[in-house]
Amino acid sequence: MAALKPLLAKPWIWSFLGALSVWLATIAFTGGYGAGGMVTAALSLAVFTVIVGIGQMFVITLGPGNVDLSLPANIGLASAVAMKVMDGNDAMIVVGLLAALATGAAIGAANYLLIWALRIPPIIATLSASFIIQSIDISYGRGLQIKPPPGFADFANWQVLGIPVLAILTVLFTIGAAIALQRMVYGRSVLAIGQNIRAAWLAGVNVGRIRFLTYTLSGALGGIDGALLAGYFRGANVDIGNEYLLASIAVVVIGGTSVAGGKANVPGVWGAALFLVLLLTMLNTFGVSAGVRLLLTGLIIVGVITAAGGQKALR
Amino acid sequence: MRREMTAASLEATTKSSAERGALARARLLRGLLPALSLALVLLAIAWLNPRAISYFGFSLMLNLAIPIALATIAQMFVIAGNELDLSIGTFVGFVGCVTATWLKDAPLIGVLILLGSIGVYALLGALIHLRNLPSIVVTLGMSFVWQGLAILVLPKPGGKAPDWLLAFMAFKPPLVPFPIIAALLIGLIVHFGLMRTSYGVILRGSGGNPAALGRAGWSLLKTKIVLFALAGLFGVLSGMALIGITTSADANIGNGYTLLAIAGVILGGGEFVGGRVSPIGAVIGALTLALAASPLLTFMHIPPDWQVAANGAILIIVLAARVLISRRER
Repeated sequence: MAALKPLLAKPWIWSFLGALSVWLATIAFTGGYGAGGMVTAALSLAVFTVIVGIGQMFVITLGPGNVDLSLPANIGLASAVAMKVMDGNDAMIVVGLLAALATGAAIGAANYLLIWALRIPPIIATLSASFIIQSIDISYGRGLQIKPPPGFADFANWQVLGIPVLAILTVLFTIGAAIALQRMVYGRSVLAIGQNIRAAWLAGVNVGRIRFLTYTLSGALGGIDGALLAGYFRGANVDIGNEYLLASIAVVVIGGTSVAGGKANVPGVWGAALFLVLLLTMLNTFGVSAGVRLLLTGLIIVGVITAAGGQKALR
Repeated sequence: MRREMTAASLEATTKSSAERGALARARLLRGLLPALSLALVLLAIAWLNPRAISYFGFSLMLNLAIPIALATIAQMFVIAGNELDLSIGTFVGFVGCVTATWLKDAPLIGVLILLGSIGVYALLGALIHLRNLPSIVVTLGMSFVWQGLAILVLPKPGGKAPDWLLAFMAFKPPLVPFPIIAALLIGLIVHFGLMRTSYGVILRGSGGNPAALGRAGWSLLKTKIVLFALAGLFGVLSGMALIGITTSADANIGNGYTLLAIAGVILGGGEFVGGRVSPIGAVIGALTLALAASPLLTFMHIPPDWQVAANGAILIIVLAARVLISRRER
């Protein structure tokens, strides 16, 4: 028990415990049937939340008021761009991914441009931007070749011994993000800005550049996420990113990152993403209707936030 | 940020009278900005299609502006307390579903449900204050709750608005179209309540400087509860008005209102922090968005795909204009 103590003090442990208990509740209900398959499915779906969650985490860590509301629109547009560039052709997969990445990064950079030039809160800037991106997507995505190349769809759904390859790659990516956050100048600068922007500026942190990089990073991750989603679900559509507004913010907060900024937690994003995906699986397994599922999802998120609570508000 | 502002205003008091005159002009211009943007949109419509500027034209173009204006006022109360409500759209949808079902079939239960939902809003305010929670996350979670409840109340699009509500929303006053009268009334009533009463000042102060207000002995818990309850009340009015116009409901009917309402508050001169909001501005902002998003684009022969973009573009243009004016204020 004594050995467990330092583990329990970690803020991310709770999200994993939550995910574990939801998983146990579900397999208790099914009598153990499909326990492994459930983990595989949860891993495959959690990947998409983790990728945008990491981007959102860096943004939220910048401090109160920083949040990227343009992610859903960004994911939608990038998925369309990726599918159009790939055009069902296996040879164009890498080019398509790069195009999605570039689209997302451009959106992120545009977000910061609005924040900087108009001196408006990031919420309003990313909101205005998302209006415009949404329209571009609707207009651009019309009558589009929306099927991914077979090679790309296979890659996005590829599993080795029941473990999705995409999940392994995402774990590697999150390890990289954790190192960037804790051990690199960039990450330490983000944390410093979130703790006290004025002090960070006086200490010589190039605040403008770091914020620009962070919004661009969040945008780029949204872009790559859009392309991967289109591959996994074998097609792009305008609404493909809709659920990632709540999901990206929720995994950051449930995962133990401070909404007041200045304190981030990378493993928690994984735990929270698994928790959310498994929660949906559980409610589906219990056979509840769509209305009850939405109701319970909402109540559980509010409940978890209330239990975790106690920090200063996001804005 | 706030410290900079007080420094700027200190500087302003020591400036010469000529500079003060310029400052006052810039402030006036800034205050008129919402009205100017509405006038510009109206002028553009008049130029593109003179026939739209008529009793019938306005009744038609501004029809949906009433629920948007009410939802914007709801969001404004939340923003006045330095919070943000990302659930107002699905809440309006939920209210719509209740209006088209319970309120028609069993009015008493319908009224109780709607009153109860205002109570839930008040409780959210209390919860956010007591546990110091981020309102964005709580209301995002609540948006799922309202949507789930809406689907449970009305699984398939349908239902029917109560007859009295239909009759009320179809009211045709002489000379001035109903939506314009309604918008004026909403704006003036809320303006009086929030800007001209002593508790209204306390409510705005709870967003402007909560610490000072708390030390002066006012209950911040109570102000937050009142602000959220008012948001709930106007959300209910918005949902009812919407169903009075569309006659039937759908669980997703209000989803677009969340973002529209935030945009309306900001367009109307509201600031995101510091309890700086303007009820009349918010109503004007909502009207501008309602006009620019659909009638203006139709007259300009721009496909409806770009409707949402028009909202974003207007928001950016107005905010850019505000920055230009504020630069002069310095």
